[in-house]
Amino acid sequence: MNIQTKITHTAAEESLLAALAQSEREEAAAVLEHIEDRGLPTRRVEAWHYTDLRTLMRNFPKAPKAIDSEFSSEGLSEMAELVDGFNIGFSNTSHVQGIVGDLPDGVAGVVGDGPITANPVPVKDDYIGQMNSALCEQGAILTVEPGKSIDTPIILAHTCAGETASVLRHKVSVGENASATFIERHHSSTIANHQNVVSNLFLEKGAKVVWVIDQELGVETTRLGQLNIVLGEEADLTILVLNAGGKLVRQEIHVAVNGENSNVAIKGVNLIGEGSHIDVTTTLAHNVPNTTATELFRNVVPAGGKGVFQGQIRVAQIAQKTDAQMACNTLLLTDESDFSAKPELEIFADDVVCAHGATVTDIDDNHLFYLRARGISERDARALLVKAFVEEVFEELDNEALGKALIARIENWLDLNA
Amino acid sequence: MIEIKNLHVKIADTDTKILNGVNLTIKPGEVAAIMGPNGSGKSTLSYVLAGKDDYEITEGDILFNGESILEMSPDERAAAGVFLAFQYPLEIPGVPTMNFLKAAMNSQRKARGEAEMTTPEFIKAVKGEASKLGIDMVMLKRALNVGFSGGEKKRAEILQMALLAPKFCVMDETDSGLDIDALKVVSEGVNALRSPERSFLVITHYQRLLDHIVPDTVHVLYKGKIIKSGGKELALELEENGYADIIGEAA
Ligand SMILES: Nc1ncnc2c1ncn2[C@@H]1O[C@H](COP(=O)(O)OP(=O)(O)OP(=O)(O)O)[C@@H](O)[C@H]1O
Ligand SMILES: [Mg+2]
Repeated sequence: MNIQTKITHTAAEESLLAALAQSEREEAAAVLEHIEDRGLPTRRVEAWHYTDLRTLMRNFPKAPKAIDSEFSSEGLSEMAELVDGFNIGFSNTSHVQGIVGDLPDGVAGVVGDGPITANPVPVKDDYIGQMNSALCEQGAILTVEPGKSIDTPIILAHTCAGETASVLRHKVSVGENASATFIERHHSSTIANHQNVVSNLFLEKGAKVVWVIDQELGVETTRLGQLNIVLGEEADLTILVLNAGGKLVRQEIHVAVNGENSNVAIKGVNLIGEGSHIDVTTTLAHNVPNTTATELFRNVVPAGGKGVFQGQIRVAQIAQKTDAQMACNTLLLTDESDFSAKPELEIFADDVVCAHGATVTDIDDNHLFYLRARGISERDARALLVKAFVEEVFEELDNEALGKALIARIENWLDLNA
Repeated sequence: MIEIKNLHVKIADTDTKILNGVNLTIKPGEVAAIMGPNGSGKSTLSYVLAGKDDYEITEGDILFNGESILEMSPDERAAAGVFLAFQYPLEIPGVPTMNFLKAAMNSQRKARGEAEMTTPEFIKAVKGEASKLGIDMVMLKRALNVGFSGGEKKRAEILQMALLAPKFCVMDETDSGLDIDALKVVSEGVNALRSPERSFLVITHYQRLLDHIVPDTVHVLYKGKIIKSGGKELALELEENGYADIIGEAA
C-alpha cells in the first residue's frame, strides 16, 4: 500500500475546497476528498499532461450564489451579436434573459436548478465534469420535438462579470428526425473569473444538429468547458468551435457514436493570443459499425501563446466500416509560440479507414515573397496568408450567414492580435 | 531604365557564388532576351531583381531609373514598377485569386499615393484583360494558382502583369508549359504592353518565343556572367549551333 503524504494546497485549491465544502450537491463530498488528497491534476495525470491545471490555475473565485444583486444582463448586452437567434442568457450563474415560454415552436425548455444530468459519456480523469456536478447551480434543459425543423438558432449566451465563478450545466435533447442549431457563446469581463459549463447533448435517430462553441473570453478568464454528446442512428452532427480569448481554456468534446450510419464533423479554429493557454481535447468513440467522422482544427499562435490539441479516436471491435479522419494544423508565428498536438488512434476493429495528421509550420517564405513581389506589404501579405489558413475551415458551411459571421470574428481578432 | 553593374551574388549564409559580375543595361522601350544553359543563373538574376532575400549581393549595383534598388523591399520595388513573371508561380491555398489581385493592385496604388480602385472598376479591368488572355473568370474565383495547369499558371502571371502595368517586366521562361496557341495569345498580350516607356527582360531557352516577342537585344548568360551580347540574330545562331562555340570563344 502506498502511503500518501498530504500535499500542500495551492491558493486555487484552497478556495476550491472552500467552495466545495459549501456546496449542497451530494456529488461534492467525493470531489472534495479527491482534491484534498491529490490536488488539481498535474502533468502526471495523462489527460492533463499538456495542461497542468495545478500550476496553471491561479485562483478559484468565491463560491457562486444563485441570487446576487450585482448579477445583471449588462455583460450580455456587451456581446456583439453573432447571428440572429433566440437568446437564453446567463450572467454568472443566473439565468437573466430569454423567456422560456417564448421558445420557437417545437422547442420546450426550462431553466432551473433541479437534478443534474449525469455525464452520458464516460471520460477519463474527468475533472471538469466532476467539478461541475459538485458545484453546478443551474442550467437550461431543452427538448426539440421529433420531426421539427427549427430554423432559428438557439443561443446559450454566457457572461461572467466580476470576480466570480460560473458553474452551469445544460441538457439538450433533439428528437427523431428533428433538426436545430445551437450556439454556445462565452464572453467575460477582463477580471479574473472562472467558468465551468458542461453541455450534454442527445441526438435521437435521424436528428440533425449544428452545435457552435463561440468563445471570446476576457484575458484573465479561466474556462473549463465540456460538451458531451450521444449520437443515435442516422444522426448528423456538426460541431464548430471558435476559441478567440481567455487566459486558460480547456474545451473538451466527447462524442459517443452509438447509432449506425451516423456522421460527425468537427471543425474548429483556435486563435491563441499572447499569454493565453488554449486546450482542445476531443474523444470520438465509434461504438457501432458504419459511422463516419471528420475532425479539422486550424490554430494560429501569433506571439507567446500556448496551444494544445488532444484528439482521440476509439473504434470498438464491432465498429467495422468506421471512417474517421482527423487533422490539426498549426501556424506558429514566432519562436515564443508553442503548440502541442497529441492525436491518438485506438482501433480494435479491422475493417476501418482512420487517419490523422498534425502539422506545425511557420508562414512559407516563398508564399510571402510571391505576394510581396506583387506589391503587397509584408504585414498585409502575412495577414492574408494567416487568414487564408484559418478561414478555410468555415468556408462553405451550409449556414452561410453563420460561416460569414465566424469569419468576420476571425478577421477582427487577427487585425487586433496578429 | 535598368542598369545592372558588375553584379556579384551568392546564396545568403553560404559560399555558393551564382552571379559573377553581370553587366547589363536595358533602355526604356527595349526588349532584352537572356538565354543560357540550365543552371547559369538566369532565375537567380530575376529573383535578385525582384528583391528575394535568399541571396546576398557581394559586389555591384542595380539601378532603376538611375537609383539603386538594392535597399528596397520586394513590395517597394513592385510599387516602383518592377514585375517578375515567375518560372514556377506559387500555389497559395485559401487566397482566392480575385482577392489577391485586388490586394496587389490596391497595395501598389496606395504605396504610390493613388486612390484605391472601387470593386466595379476592378472587376471591369480584370474581365477585360482576362478575356484578352483567354482566361475564364471562374478560374479566378479559385485559390491563387492552386490546381491551375502549367499553362494556366503562366497565363495568370501575364494577367497580373497586364493589370499591374509595371515599367520593367522580367519574364522567366514564360513560354514553358504553354501550348502553341497559348504561346501566341500570351505573346500578343506581351506585345500589346510594349511601349516606349516599358522595358522587358525575357528569359527563355527557345527561339520560338522570340519569333513572337521579337527582342531588341539578346544576351548569353553562362556561369553567372554575360559572355556574349547581340541583336535578335544571336538567338537564331544559338538555335542553330548551341552554346558550345560561344562558350569556347569566351573561355
Ligand atoms: N538556394 C540555393 N541553394 C543552392 N544553390 C542554388 C540555390 N538557388 C540556386 N542555386 C544554384 O544556382 C545555380 C543557378 O540557378 P538558376 O535557377 O538561377 O539557373 P537558371 O539559369 O535559371 O536555370 P534553368 O535554365 O534550369 O532555369 C544552379 O546551379 C542552382 O542549383
Ligand atoms: Mg531558371
